[in-house]
Amino acid sequence: MKKILALIILAAVLPVFPVLSQAPSAETILDRVDRNAVPGNKIVMSEMIIHGRRDSRSIKIKSWIEGEDKAFTEYLYPPREQGIKMLKLGDQLWTYSPATDRTISISGHMLRQSVMGSDLSYEDMMENKKLREVYTAKVNGEEKFLERDCWVLELVANKGEAAYYTRKLWVDKERDLILREERFAKSGKLLKTLDVKSVIRAQDRWVPNHVVFKDALKEGQGTEFKIDTIEFDVAVPAYLFDKAGLRR
Amino acid sequence: MISFLFKGIIRDRSRSLFPFLTVVAGVFLTVGFYCYMKGAEFDITRYSANMGTGHVKVMTRAYAKEADQFPNDAALTGVGALIGGLQEKYPEFDWAARILFGGLLDVPDEKGETRSQGPVAGIAADILTPGSKEPGRLALEKGLIRGRLPSKSKEILISEELSRKLGIGPGDTATFIGVSMDGSMTMSNFILSGTVRFGVQSLDRMGVIADGADIREALDMPDAAGEVLGFYKNSLFDREKATATARAFNALYEGREDDFLPTMLTLTEQNSLDAYFAMFEAAQAAIIAIFLLPMSLVLWNAGLLGSLRRYGEIGVRLAIGEDKRHVYKSMLAESLIIGVLGSVVGTILGLAVAYWLQTKGIDISGVLRNATILIPTVLHAKITPFSYFIGFIPGLLATFLGTAIAGRGVYKRQTAQLFKELET
Repeated sequence: MKKILALIILAAVLPVFPVLSQAPSAETILDRVDRNAVPGNKIVMSEMIIHGRRDSRSIKIKSWIEGEDKAFTEYLYPPREQGIKMLKLGDQLWTYSPATDRTISISGHMLRQSVMGSDLSYEDMMENKKLREVYTAKVNGEEKFLERDCWVLELVANKGEAAYYTRKLWVDKERDLILREERFAKSGKLLKTLDVKSVIRAQDRWVPNHVVFKDALKEGQGTEFKIDTIEFDVAVPAYLFDKAGLRR
Repeated sequence: MISFLFKGIIRDRSRSLFPFLTVVAGVFLTVGFYCYMKGAEFDITRYSANMGTGHVKVMTRAYAKEADQFPNDAALTGVGALIGGLQEKYPEFDWAARILFGGLLDVPDEKGETRSQGPVAGIAADILTPGSKEPGRLALEKGLIRGRLPSKSKEILISEELSRKLGIGPGDTATFIGVSMDGSMTMSNFILSGTVRFGVQSLDRMGVIADGADIREALDMPDAAGEVLGFYKNSLFDREKATATARAFNALYEGREDDFLPTMLTLTEQNSLDAYFAMFEAAQAAIIAIFLLPMSLVLWNAGLLGSLRRYGEIGVRLAIGEDKRHVYKSMLAESLIIGVLGSVVGTILGLAVAYWLQTKGIDISGVLRNATILIPTVLHAKITPFSYFIGFIPGLLATFLGTAIAGRGVYKRQTAQLFKELET
C-alpha cells in the first residue's frame, strides 16, 4: 500500500521536475542575453524612423562599435544632420557638429535629452553595461511573444547609476534575445517600451533588425530602429575612438 | 455762513487741527497707495505684454497647453500668411512673431573645447528689420550694459549676469545648443554683441535675445514661430475689447478637433495674470474702504471729544434760541470744510510722493528672487486723472460720517436743563 502511495505521489510530482530542471536561473538568462547583445566589434548601418507629433522623418546612421565601451556614430542622412558625429568612450559622450565646428561634451541633464528628436535619450545610447552587472533579476514566468516562448524577467537596479529602476523583459528562450521590454521609474511609472518587430540571423547570431522604441511620456507613435547591414568581428580603425577623430 | 464757519475753524484751531491732520494723513496714504497700485498694475501689464504675453497672443492649441515649456514642436507653421491674415482682420493690433527657446550656451576655449556652459532661456524677435518695434518693446537700448545691439545676423545679446557667469563679453563667440522643431539637438554659433539687464528676474538670470530669422534657422523652423503676439497700436491694454477679439478669433475654429489649429489668448488669460489683476482691483477698493472706516472712527471719536469740549458753546447756542437742526447742520458744514481742506492738502502731499515714485520706483527684486514669471523688478507709481479725486472720497465721507454720528448728541440736549447746566 505504501509503495502504491509513493508511486502515486511520484507520478504526480514527476511532471513538475522536468520544467523546474529546465528553468535556468534569472542570472543565467541575463548572462546569455548579455553574451548575445554585447559582442566584440561590429559595424552597423541603420535607419531611425521618428514618428513625431506632426510627421515622420528618417535618419540614416553608421556606427562603429568596439565592445561595450567604445562607439563612434556618424549621421549620413538627411542633409541637415549629415556629418554630425558622436563618440562614446566609457561613460563620456561627445558630439561634433560640422556647422559649428565644435566638439561638445554631453553630460548632466543633457543626457536625458532626446537623440535627434527620437524616443531614445543619450542616456539610453550610453547604456552599454551588461544588464547582469547593474540589475538583480528574477524569473516572473513564461509567456508567448511574437509566437516565441519567452521567459518573463523582472529586473531591479542594484546600482544607483541605472537609468531605469526596474525593467520587465520578455526573453526568447531559444535565441536569448529580448523581444519586449518595459522600463520603469522608481515610482513605478512606465517610462519607455521596446518592441522587437523582426529578427534576422547574421553571422551565426540572432539580431533584432526592427525595433520600436516608445517614450511613454511623449506623444507620437515612437521611433523605429531598422538595421540595414551588420558586420561582426571586423577591424575598426583606432582613430575613430579618438576625440580628434570627430573633426576628420 | 461758510465764511463764518471757516473763520471759526481757522481761529479756533484746537477744535479743527486734529480732525484736519487725520484727514490729511488718511488722504495722503489713500492717494499714495492708489497711485502705487495703479503704477504696479500698469508696469506689470506693460512688461508682460512686451516681454511675453502681448495684449493678445496666437499659438497652436497644443503649444498653449504647455506654453511654459516652450514646446516648439507644436509651433505655428505658415506664420507669414497667418500674420497677413491677422493684420487684415484685426488692424487695431501690431502683430509680431516670436520664438521662445531654451537650451545651453557653450563657450569654447582656444582649442574649441568647452570652457564654460550654462542653461539659457531666450526670446527670438524681429530685432534686425529696420523700423521693427520689437527692440523697443524688449527695451533693449535702455537695458544695454556693455557692447551694442545686434546689427547683423548671428549676433545675440545675453544678460549681464549670464555673461559674467560664463566669462564672456562682447565680441566673443558662443555655441547655442538647442532642440529643433522636430526634436533634434541643434548647434549654432553666435557672436555676443552686447549684454543687457532686462529688469525681469527670470530673464536676468539666463536670458538671451536673438533675431527671429537666426533662431528659425538654428532650430529648423522655416516660416514657423511658437507665438504671434498682438499689441494694441496705442500700447494700452483694453481688456474687454481684447476678450471680444479672442472670442471672435477662436470661434472661427470651434468644433474642429486638431491640436495644431491656432487659438488666441488675451494678456490676462496667461501666466495667471487674471489673478494679479483681480488682486489689484480688490486692493484698490480695499485701500479706499480701509482708510474710510478707521478715519470715520477716529473722526467720530474726535467729534465726540469736540462735542464734550464744545458742550458749553452748543448749550449757549441752543439757549439763545438757535435751532438744534441748525446747530447740527453747521457742525456738518464745519466738518465738510475740514474734510475739503484736509483732502486738498492730503492729495497734494500724496501726489507729490506718487510723482517721486513715478520717477524713481521701488525695487522689489528682493521679493522676486525665485520668481519665474515676467514681473519687473522696479515698480513705479502712476498718477492718473482719478488720482486727483480718489482722496476726497474717504476725506469727505469720513469727516462727514464722524461728525454726523458724534453730532447726534445735539438732539439729546434738553432746553429746560440748559440754564441749570450753564450755571454750574
